[in-house]
Amino acid sequence: MTVREAVDKLELEVMTGGMGLDRPVTGGYASDLLSDVIAHAEAGNLWVTLQTHANVVAVAALKDLAAVILVNGRRPDEDAIERARQEKVLLLGAAQPAFEIAGRLYQLDVRGRA
Amino acid sequence: MLRIVNADLHIHTCLSPCGDLGMGPRSIVEAATRRGLDAIGISDHNSSENAPAVMAAARGKPLTVLPGMEVTSREEVHILALFDGVDLAFRMQRIVYDHLAGTNDPDVFGLQVIVNEDHDVVGFNDRLLAGAANLSVEQVVDAIHALGGLAIACHVDRETFGIIGQLGFIPDSLPLDALEFSRNTSLDQARQRFKEYSRLPFIRSSDAHSLEEIGVAPTSMLLNGVTISEIRKAFLGQEGRRVGLPSRDRRERQAV
Repeated sequence: MTVREAVDKLELEVMTGGMGLDRPVTGGYASDLLSDVIAHAEAGNLWVTLQTHANVVAVAALKDLAAVILVNGRRPDEDAIERARQEKVLLLGAAQPAFEIAGRLYQLDVRGRA
Repeated sequence: MLRIVNADLHIHTCLSPCGDLGMGPRSIVEAATRRGLDAIGISDHNSSENAPAVMAAARGKPLTVLPGMEVTSREEVHILALFDGVDLAFRMQRIVYDHLAGTNDPDVFGLQVIVNEDHDVVGFNDRLLAGAANLSVEQVVDAIHALGGLAIACHVDRETFGIIGQLGFIPDSLPLDALEFSRNTSLDQARQRFKEYSRLPFIRSSDAHSLEEIGVAPTSMLLNGVTISEIRKAFLGQEGRRVGLPSRDRRERQAV
């Protein structure tokens, strides 16, 4: 599945322009501790989080994640979107909470590490 | 004149929902002086309401009490804020309260007791002090600095509520005054484990929630009086002020 399919099926908002939408998704990871994401997320993952700090962008870039899904209608901090554009990190927005988004992704066959 | 100041800058009172109810002003002052502390910071979660009582209890004693609070940012990062006086601390508290939602449930989180210097109960704080202010860590640090205070990242060695655990790393652009480590990490260990942050001063504090914890991880500084500006100079290594002591003065390596 590509990021674009997830965006379409979950009706996610694309916050940082259209780059990276055709990238294949390798799996999913949900966490709000960024140190934990650095330790455990894998390249190409969709990362589900409610954190909106600009460090989210740096962690997504560091781990080469496919996209970050910010849940619960949370808006990124001002400098996060700007930095995401510079770093070519795809920020997506969901109105629903993390549990719902992770569940829907699972239904779309996105898996985490078992 | 410069003198050695033993400080424990991060102490809770019975106002913190997780704080022991025995953490009353006179008991805190007595424990601090008994353990050889010259300065303490009073830092309840998201509130300074008990700081005046502890300052009053220390009047006439050889102990300086700096009022402050442990702010929880939107990212659930704990930032220690310390000020020169109650007025400044209360101005910070106003900002935090304006961004803090929710009501405390004492059965779940614990009582939030406001006391006078004699530990008489004068009221209960019903805000959700265990919650997070809807302020980014940058906004918290900026607000502290705008009031002339010190902004110190708390228990950086702890995964939960520590800035590195919550945010993965400390942003270069965040103008913190110092990093605080818990009793679980000596300064020597911290200098090894966190050497990428050696640009910032390192201190230790007890983060005491009960009387017996007060002073378990003190920080020695060379200061000319205990004020925010003196501590800031020590953090910056200016005019002979410093954090830690020359090695010949170290009685216990890990205590400084």
